Amino acid sequence: MLKPDRPVGIVGYGAYIPRYRLPATEVDRIWTNGQGGTPVREKAVAGPDEDVVTISIEAARNALARAGEVRPSLIRAVWVGSESHPYAVKPTSTIVAEAIGATPYTQAGDWEFACKAGTEAFQAALGFVGSGMARYALVVGADTAQARPGDDLEYTAGAGGAAYLLGPAEESLAVVEGSCSYVTDTPDFWRRAYQRYPSHGGRFTGQPAYFKHIVAAAQGLMAALDRQPSDYTYVVFHQPNVKFPQTVGKQLGFTSQQLAPGMLCNEIGNTYAGSSLLGLTAVLDVAAPGERVLLVSYGSGAGSDAISLLITGAITERQGRAPRTRDYIARRVEIDYATYVRYAGKLIM
Amino acid sequence: MNVAGNWRLQQQRYRLVGEECEKCGTLIFPPRDLCPECEAPAKMPYVFSGQGEVYSYSTIYSPPRGFEEFAPYTVALIRLKEGPMLTAQLTDVESDKVYIGMPVEMVTRKIQGGDEGNPIVYGYKFRPAHLG
Amino acid sequence: MRDVAIIGIGQTEVGEHWETSLRHLALRALQGAMQDAGVTQVDAIYVGNMLSGELAGQEHVGALVADFAGLRGVEAFKVEAACGSGAAALRMGYMAVASGLVNLVAVVGVEKMTDALGPDTTSALALAADGEYEAAQGVTFVALNAMLMRRYMYEYGYSHQDFAPFAVNAHRNGVNNPYAMFRFPITPERFATAPMICDPINLLDSSPICDGAAAVVLAPAEAARALSTKPVRIAASAVGTDTLAIHDRRDPLVLDGAILSTRRAYEQAGVGPQDIDLFELHDAFSIMAVLSLEAAGFAERGRGLRLALEGEIGISGRIPVSTMGGLKARGHPVGATGVYQVVEVVQQLRGEAGANQVPDARLGMAQNIGGSGATVITHILERME
Repeated sequence: MLKPDRPVGIVGYGAYIPRYRLPATEVDRIWTNGQGGTPVREKAVAGPDEDVVTISIEAARNALARAGEVRPSLIRAVWVGSESHPYAVKPTSTIVAEAIGATPYTQAGDWEFACKAGTEAFQAALGFVGSGMARYALVVGADTAQARPGDDLEYTAGAGGAAYLLGPAEESLAVVEGSCSYVTDTPDFWRRAYQRYPSHGGRFTGQPAYFKHIVAAAQGLMAALDRQPSDYTYVVFHQPNVKFPQTVGKQLGFTSQQLAPGMLCNEIGNTYAGSSLLGLTAVLDVAAPGERVLLVSYGSGAGSDAISLLITGAITERQGRAPRTRDYIARRVEIDYATYVRYAGKLIM
Repeated sequence: MNVAGNWRLQQQRYRLVGEECEKCGTLIFPPRDLCPECEAPAKMPYVFSGQGEVYSYSTIYSPPRGFEEFAPYTVALIRLKEGPMLTAQLTDVESDKVYIGMPVEMVTRKIQGGDEGNPIVYGYKFRPAHLG
Repeated sequence: MRDVAIIGIGQTEVGEHWETSLRHLALRALQGAMQDAGVTQVDAIYVGNMLSGELAGQEHVGALVADFAGLRGVEAFKVEAACGSGAAALRMGYMAVASGLVNLVAVVGVEKMTDALGPDTTSALALAADGEYEAAQGVTFVALNAMLMRRYMYEYGYSHQDFAPFAVNAHRNGVNNPYAMFRFPITPERFATAPMICDPINLLDSSPICDGAAAVVLAPAEAARALSTKPVRIAASAVGTDTLAIHDRRDPLVLDGAILSTRRAYEQAGVGPQDIDLFELHDAFSIMAVLSLEAAGFAERGRGLRLALEGEIGISGRIPVSTMGGLKARGHPVGATGVYQVVEVVQQLRGEAGANQVPDARLGMAQNIGGSGATVITHILERME
């Protein structure tokens, strides 16, 4: 189990989801004459002027708004996890750091581990703050996920992100009780350099990949903390579709009531590095002091990070300081496949 | 692509850093280092809230070079809550929903996506206040 | 300071000159003006031009024009003040002659816009705006004017159709000007249904992209009578400036630069708006015509449009504007426009305006605007009795 010497918590959190929605039936209409199934109802699509940088900036601003009095110049790390960084070479994080006023005396870096790039940055920040090297560290998980036209992934590959400002437990709205990572070399999903779209192993992405890693990380952490599923009010998993998190929840012994508040996949799709972290912002929006949250991410390649959180009394007053996750979900403009093709940069100009 | 020129303007573009005149208190955006009211040197940074309202607007269908990917887009003169006016694109809003006096808030977005060989330019745009 | 007179005028047709390059356009206008003045030599050439580098791939056009005009060796350079470049060049020529440093000056305004493609022209014209805070946001020059027009409509309660008289008047006058680009009349109904360019500006609110060149020859007024049978005195030459960016203005619906420029011109000429027989204003967009009329003192704030609605801008109206078609119908080859305006005022004062002649025109004013109002150059011309 990963547990810092000095207690660390979430001082502020923020979500961002673009306003455009592509109904899965649109993908179905184009590629299967409307005869295929749909793994989610719809997904969030970034507007033409949005990317991981702009998503991260707004999420980070929301996190800082909830943190209240924290001066951005005290943030010692700005870390952005994503698999759709706008540049191959040139950090996303420096742009975000500049935009929130955290520069220049700060660490900045981009993280990459498929859909768990955000939670691994979160864990690294635990170490940064927990060691006393930094008072605050800001982590973001965000994506504008790519999918090959007609691929199964095109129904779900969405856009969105979440940011967390980690700091001393005494200033926090949720305290990190512990964390656990479980990683193996499992090639279930990948994108080679210079490739526009990722490839995946079909059904291989299920049992030996998603399920095995999430179950192992969750059980490892609960065992180390001597916890049962019933100790948690909420559980949030990585959400590549609606079915996987429901199934893995059942396997681990969680109820659908514990899962529901953080389940966003049906409404915004799979936001990759943003997925589990956005599920967590939705939970924090409604959580009450004394409640516990278990978060388990999954990143292809493969690994899972489990994080256990205890909500503090500070949360109530901070929830309303920035737009809630559900506010962004409610801000919905439906688009058709043609508009999606344009916004997602699939139109050759 | 003017790399250095865009870099130089990042502070005002990313987060509306303007200036405050230390002599007469006038708030200045865009920054000009000289108070437009009293002509005194004004270099004290002032970060604007990003809240404002639409003074006027129009929609562009024939964009200049470098902006094609965003067309059609709506541009506006925005009167900031603190006083100064600026010119910016509106985003996350359909052009027929815009009106004079509409409350707006600043967001940081891609101003120019650049072609594959050039840097992306980020900067302020405005959307309807409270997420629209 | 010496009085300065215009002793010769020349112009090319405004339009799409596919067969003619920038230098040859300038040359034709220059030769026309020198012929009209009856001179074969000048001491200096000032070329008004805005976008030769951007659109025609050529800077350094002063010496170029001198060379191709067979005047190699004379003083020559380009003057740039966005769409006000033509009048700025005239102002330079006026100052040169008035100061006594130079005797005979040729002023040429030239623009070659049609060699470039649409988006490049749009980008180039936006260079007249504030590059870092207007153009960098993707704002076009038309959009800046559209925002002014919308605000004007909002503040004073006008409809878009209320602007129709400007386009109708300009086209009516363009019919009789052999140099005009558009020589057909339009109806208010056609104005109402014209394609939208940049809401609320439609095609008939805006001047066309085109090529053209115009020129004048200046001489000291005391020598003018010997050189010309119909000299025209420059009674005033004045410039006012304002912020490049509209958002930096005290009030975007008030052209402070134009107020300064016209006030200075009136003072220099010792006249007022009531003395002006015709006004070649800068109707690049109909909203600019309205704001100019107000800034020049022909109407109160918010009332400029009323003048047009009451029929006062026609040839026989209280203040005739765009008497040879204006920027709208004659055309707006940007850097040449200021010189075209002055050439047309000279035509009126000489009594050579044909069917568009303003009866007994004695005093005419031309106002050329750079950008959305940052440079405003006003000339008042007087028929020399």
